[in-house]
Order: sequence, then C-alpha cells, then structure tokens
Amino acid sequence: MLVSLLFVPILVLSGKRPNVREACTFLAAGLKFLIVLSMVPAILNGTHIVYTIAEVIPGVAIKLRVDAFGMLFALVSSSLWIVTSAYSIGYMRGLKEHSQTRYFCFFALALSATIGVAFSANLLTLYLFYEMLSFATYPLVTHHQDHEARSSGRKYLLYIVGTSIGFVLPAMLISYSLAGTLDFASQGFLAGTGSKPLIGLLCFMFLFGFAKAAIMPFHSWLPAAMVAPTPVSALLHAVAVVKVGVFCVARVLTGVFGTDLLLSLDLNVPIIYIASFTIMAGSLIALSQDNLKRLLAFSTIAQLSYIVLGVGLLSPKGMTGGMLHIAMHAFGKITLFFCAGAIFVATGKKNISEMIGIGRRMPVTMAAFFIGSLSIIGMPPCGGFISKWYLVLGSLQAHQITILFVLLTSSLLNAAYFMPFVYKAFFCKPEDSMFENKVQEAPAFCVVPLVITATISVILLFYPQPFLRLARMMVQSISGV
Amino acid sequence: MSEQYPALLVVVPLLSAFFISIAGWINKRWCFPIAVAALSVSVWSSFGLLFRVLNEGVIVYKLGGWSPPMGIAYYIDYLNGLVLPVVSTVALLNLISSKRIVDQQFPDKTGPFYTLYVLMVTGLLGIVVTGDAFNLYVLLEIAALTGYGLLAMGEERAPLATLNYLYMGTIGACFYLLGVGYLYIVTGSLNMVDIARLLPPIYQSKAVLAAFIICMVGVWLKMAFFPLHAWLPNAYTYANSAASSLIAPLVTKVMVYVMIRLILTIFTPKFAFTTLAVSNAVVWLAVIAIVMGAVLALAERNLKKMLTYIVVAEVGYMVGGAWLGNRDGMTGAILHIVNDALMTLCVFMVVGNIVYKVKGYAFEDLKGLFRKMPFTMGALVIGAMSIIGVPPTCGFFSKWYLIVGAISAGHYGFMTALIFSSLVNVVLFFRVFEICYFEPFADHHGHNNHSEGMDEAPVTMVFPLLIVAAVLILVGLYTGDIVNHVIRFAIPEAMA
Repeated sequence: MLVSLLFVPILVLSGKRPNVREACTFLAAGLKFLIVLSMVPAILNGTHIVYTIAEVIPGVAIKLRVDAFGMLFALVSSSLWIVTSAYSIGYMRGLKEHSQTRYFCFFALALSATIGVAFSANLLTLYLFYEMLSFATYPLVTHHQDHEARSSGRKYLLYIVGTSIGFVLPAMLISYSLAGTLDFASQGFLAGTGSKPLIGLLCFMFLFGFAKAAIMPFHSWLPAAMVAPTPVSALLHAVAVVKVGVFCVARVLTGVFGTDLLLSLDLNVPIIYIASFTIMAGSLIALSQDNLKRLLAFSTIAQLSYIVLGVGLLSPKGMTGGMLHIAMHAFGKITLFFCAGAIFVATGKKNISEMIGIGRRMPVTMAAFFIGSLSIIGMPPCGGFISKWYLVLGSLQAHQITILFVLLTSSLLNAAYFMPFVYKAFFCKPEDSMFENKVQEAPAFCVVPLVITATISVILLFYPQPFLRLARMMVQSISGV
Repeated sequence: MSEQYPALLVVVPLLSAFFISIAGWINKRWCFPIAVAALSVSVWSSFGLLFRVLNEGVIVYKLGGWSPPMGIAYYIDYLNGLVLPVVSTVALLNLISSKRIVDQQFPDKTGPFYTLYVLMVTGLLGIVVTGDAFNLYVLLEIAALTGYGLLAMGEERAPLATLNYLYMGTIGACFYLLGVGYLYIVTGSLNMVDIARLLPPIYQSKAVLAAFIICMVGVWLKMAFFPLHAWLPNAYTYANSAASSLIAPLVTKVMVYVMIRLILTIFTPKFAFTTLAVSNAVVWLAVIAIVMGAVLALAERNLKKMLTYIVVAEVGYMVGGAWLGNRDGMTGAILHIVNDALMTLCVFMVVGNIVYKVKGYAFEDLKGLFRKMPFTMGALVIGAMSIIGVPPTCGFFSKWYLIVGAISAGHYGFMTALIFSSLVNVVLFFRVFEICYFEPFADHHGHNNHSEGMDEAPVTMVFPLLIVAAVLILVGLYTGDIVNHVIRFAIPEAMA
C-alpha cells in the first residue's frame, strides 16, 4: 500500500518529462503487484499478515491485515493498475489531455487507498481509506474542469461523501459504543450487543452508507461520473471505486455482523430484495441508453448488486459466487470500458447509434468487446460463467427460488443490451455502415491492454485460481463449510 | 533551569515586549528577531513543562517564593501541560509566517505590532499556566487589551468591529471578575486548588451558585458561544491577517480551557453536572451553536468570514463535549482544544497567504488558485479535511470522542449536530475548492486551458504552513498516545 503512496512525490517531480513519469507509474504499479503477489502463497496456506500503523484510539488502531478476501481484491486491483496505466498513456496522449501529471499522481493515490481498503483489519481503517479514496478520485472525475465536470463532481461528492459521513460514520461509532471494538471477526463483533431494531438500523446504514456500491437509490453518481476520461472510468468505476464499495459492504456484513447474526434477525431477506431491485432496474435502464459509457455504467450498477446479492444470500456457495464475481466482473468490465475508450480515441464517437458497422473498422476492439460482454452475461467461454454458476447454486442453497428467477432474467437482459450492439457492429449491410471499410484501430497502447484483459477473462473460466480458492477460503473461515 | 520554566514561560515574553518597543524606535529590523527569540524560549519552556509533568505529575510553582493564599502560584497539571505547548507553538509559527505580511501592510508600525503580539502571547500563556483565579483575570485583560489593539490594525471596518468586541469582551471579563469576587468572599482565597478544597461544604449556597453561573457566562462571552458570539465574525474578518491568524486559533480555545478548568478543578464535576443540573440545556445550546454556525457560514460569500463562523461552530463542539458530563465527551473537548487550535491556524494562515498575494479574500478573488498557489491550497485541503473530520487528520479523532461521548450520554441531538456540521463543512469547503479549481472555466474537455504559471507566496510563509499541515496529520496519528498519556490523567477519576 505504501508503494504507490511513496511514488506520488516522485511522480510530481517528474512531471516535466512525460516518459520518466510514465515509467515511474509503471514501476510503482509493477512493484505493487509483485508485493501483493508475494503474499499470495502465505495467504493460501492460511496464515494472515498483520501490520499496525498507529494506535490512534485506545483499543482501535489503524491496522492492516491481509486475509483471503482482501488478497482477492488486492490482486484484482493491482494487476489491473498496470494494464490501466498502459491504457492511460495511450488515451491521454492520443487526446493530448492536459494536467497529466496531476492525473497520474491522483491515480497512484487512489490505488494506495484501494489496497488500504483491501487490507483493512478493522472498521476504522476501512473508513479511513474509503474516505481517502473518495477525495483522491474527485480530481480524477473532474479532470476536464468544465461545467459538466463540476456538476458531476458535486453529484459525486454529494452521494459518496454525504452517505459516508452521514451514515457510515454514526453507524461505525454506534457499533463501537456497543461492542467496544472495531476489529473484523469471522462471525462479526456485534453479536449479542444491541437490540434487534438497532442492529437492523445499523445494517441498513452501512448498506446504503457505502454508496460506492451504487445500491439504489444512491447510484446516480455513477452515470454522472462518466464524464471522466475513460481510463478513470475504467479502473475506478468498473474496478476500484465501485469494487471498494461492494467490498466494504461484504466486509461489514461478514466481519461486523456475521452470517449467524444476520440470519437470526432475518436480515438477509431485505438485503437480497434491495439488491435484486437494483439488478433489475439497472439492467432495464441500461437497455434504454444510447451513450455507450452510460450503458456500461448502468450495467455496472446491476452487476455490483450481484455481488451484494451473493453475499446477502448468506449461503456458502452464494458468498463464494459474490466474492468471485468481484474478480470476474472486474476483468470483463474493464475490457468493455477500454473498448469504449478506444472507440472514442479512434473515431470520436460516444453513442451506440453512431457506431453501426464499427466492427469492420476496429475488429480487434470489437472482438474484445464481445468477449467482455459474454463474461458479464455469464456465458462460457468466459470467467463470468463461474461466478454466475455459484450464485445460482447459492440461491438454491439458501432456498430463495425467486432469486433464481432474478438471476436468469437479468442475464437475459444483459444479453439484450449487449448483443444488438455487437451484432450491428459486425454484421450490417455495407451501405448502413458508418465507417469506411479499412481497418484502423486505436493506438497500440490502447488496444494491447484490452486484448490482455479480454484474454484473461477467457483464461479465468478454465483456470479461476487463485481467485476461486481465495473466495472459498474466506467463506470457509466465515461459516466453517 | 528547568525549575524555572513556569516563570520563564511568561516573564521572558513580557520583558521582551519592552525591548521590542524600544527597539522599534531605534531600528525596526531588531523587533522581529527579539520576538522570535522570546517566543522560542516560551516554546522550549512549555514543552519542558509538559515533559516534566509527564515524569513528575502536577507541578506547583510559587511566584517569587511567596506561598498561597497570599502569593500567586502557577499550577501545571496534565490539562494545561497539554495546552501550553499548543499555544506557544501556534504563536511562534504564526509569527514567523507573518513577517512578510507585517512588512507589507504596516512597515511603519512594526515596533508596536510586535510589542502587542508578544504581550498578547504573554497574556494567553499566563491564563493557561496560572493557578490563581485573580491572576487569571489580570492576564485575561492583558490578552484582551492587546488583542483589541492587534485586531483594530486592519481594514476600514476593523476599528468599529473591534470596538464592538471591546464592549462585549469587557463585559465578559467583568462577569468573570464578579464571579471570582464572590468566590473570594465565601472562601477567602484566590488560589484555585484552595478554593476547590474550601467549596464543597458550601455548594448549596446561593453565592457559590451565582459565582459559577456568572463566571461561566463571562467565559462564554469571551469564547463566542452562541448566542454571545456576535462580536467574533466581524472582529476577526476585518483584522489584518497576521493578527487574525494569531487570535482566531488561540483566544477562543484558551477560554474553553478556562471553562474546563472551572468545571474540573475549581468546582469539580460533581458540582457542575449534578448539583447544578443544567448540563442538558447547555448541550442543547451547543447544538444550536453548531447548527447556526454551519448555516451562517453557508450564507457567506467571503472566505475569511466563512471561517470565522466555522470557529463559532467549533466552540459549540467543545462546550457541548465538555458539558456531556462523561469521560469521552470531556476527552473530546480537551483534544479538540489542541486540534482546533492547529486546524484554525492552518486555515487562517492559508488566508494570510492568499491575501498577501491576491489582496482579497472574497470568493471572486479565489479563481484558479490551485494552479497559482498549489502548496497553499494543498495545506488548505488538509486543513479542510481536518475540519470536516476525515481520518487520519486530527479533526476526525476529536469528533470521534465527541460522538462516542454523545452516544454514551444518550444525547443523539448532539451527535446529529456534529454529523450535520461535518456535512455542511464538506459543502463549504468544496464550494471554495470548486472556485479555486475549476474557474476560470475551460471549454469542454479542458483543451482550451491557458495555464498560468505558479505564483506562490514566499517560502517564509509557505514553509510554516506546510509544517502545520503535516502536524495535523501527525497529531491525528498520535492521538492514542496523547489521550493515553496526557488527557486520561487530566480528567478526574470520578468521571465515568
């Protein structure tokens, strides 16, 4: 976590020489990934790595603890940072964006915060890095500094900081008052402390307080944040920021409340219905979107609630599915966003209606898009299939048949908003095509990353380690199954 | 030498004030070094005292060797041992940073300015270190009068605003004096510890009750506790930057210290919270203070005035926290004295830098500042984070204790007020950030941005500011140590 934090000053200083700066970013990303990777064997063996930064409140320290779930998330984010950095270079240089130094600095800062969240040992540390992420991403979202950026920035702040200070902070402090500790435990630390309504209230405060998870009705910031440069949208909003949100929700549900407590209070039922609503509504709204990035945004909103749904089912297979989906969705969605950005760099187009026939001009990109969408829909040969499979099994295990329908219907909806686009991109009459017939892709820096992530999406179906194993380990430590 | 720290703390600045005054007539360039030297001695002594208290416990120092109750005793325990270094360090950092402002704004009044500055710090340090109730009044007046002088040296509206402050402040001080008078009549002593020993048998008497209430109201007036706050916004806004960044962080906090001293030492918590039984009402008053401070701040389109209303809200935090009546609330209040002094110093120094370069502090003057003055704005961001209450800055941790205290006391209104205030602070500061960051607006996609070069304030102004910003984070991270080693002992065992 410290790696990218320490690299920020170096990035600032090397601002004048773009190549050095980019090299530093890669160095930081590479180092971070290697460090995370180096911890994987230990975690897979079952040990935890703990590090206390400062004991700020007697009994509650800013503490890092690496466990299976955190490792899963950290692996996803750190590996994708490398890829996104490459993509950013292509994108930013292709469009000759301004203030690139600031961009890369805050990107590094945001990644620091993400890893910090992944490795948090208690609620205070989680909150600290969550807030750090909110403020570090604000300059990224508002990068363009025009009127649109300002209003999107306001919405971003309003939803994300408003809910974290308004809901999470009091909920955290009330939990502390009830339990005297904030450390995550395998069956939570709130068991036996408060009254039933109070625990229920706290549960909802946390659920909605982590608005980065984009659970409706606190979801509007996500489409609004699409005004950011696409690499920002890609990593942060398809992978890091929103994943931090669902990660926090999952962490809190398992580490603060615990599955037993939630089951005993029947809290899983409201949670999964709220998640289902978001899934359905998100998918439906996505159908009506013309702007490609907004469509992807609503798709993300729905997909995030899959994760919440999975954890909310409280059955071992369901939770595994939810946690695994963090990884699967990440690789799939980032491919899609990279494609959207590549299309913009190469053609300047943002809306689907303007992209008929683009498959002929940018075949590699569209092929990658096709693979990414397969992963999101949940079809083989892509990794998304595995996580959807576990979710289905999980809903059966939890005896929630309605959820089964929700999952199936939403998959159909996913297909409904992706497939027509892909079809029209490739298979259209030559006279309908809006582009000339020659192949002209976006710059290599843009195309290579998306090919990489698309390929990984496919590989993950056949070899979902270490993600699947990490998810299984985590669920095992929670429920002993 | 270390035996004499309590005396050095106050006497050195006091005497140097005279020398500065004289130096002002001979050669203006000598004033600043003498002031820095004097305040450095104070900083050294105050930290020395803190470490002595950590090692030895409470220190009693008899001025001139005369014993109380006739003589004046300085009494340093964990509470003021913590506050003293804060006061002296804030004063010193501000002094160094203000040199350029003083040279720029009143080059011909350097002597008087530094004299008043050092005398004011003398007064404030004296208030914190003394163990004698009447001596406190004397130093209160020294601080107040010099403060009026400093604040009046400003823009056009400054003298009138300061006159207003003078009236209100003098009334406040008189109330305090009256209260001390009553205490003297019933106990025959002016020494704080002595009075505390003599009072319990007569807690029920009307004189003691009246003394407490009158002292409290006087102190509230001087700390600008709503609704006695009306003098503060104008007085602090129109003053010159050097004065306002000395006074805004310190005066209200020192008055909060006096209030806590009254509650904990002179009158004991049992009296304040049980015998008197108004604590609930006071906390509700604090809630109103916080909310009104936030709302009035929202209405301002002027950075400095907005910050003064934030100060009013912060006072509400501390008064509410202290009057919650439990350990966590009191811890939060004491911690907030330290934290708020630092955060307020940070933001007011930022304003000083901005005024030095841009010559204005209304919102319209703040356009494009992130590009022009990145270091200053960086410090403002950290200061804002602290005021909003974002970890790991110190502001978060005092809020933590205040909210936990509110939950323990079951006072959810106070908790809601604190959360509300944080949310409003986000809006307040991001309004400012938007103007500094976005304007002048570029066209779509930011391609038309003409980039202005960096035009930062001078190093002597930026460097102390960055130190303060770093301290905000450091103090935040070391909160555990501060609470465990110092504040825990400052609060009597009896408090739950």
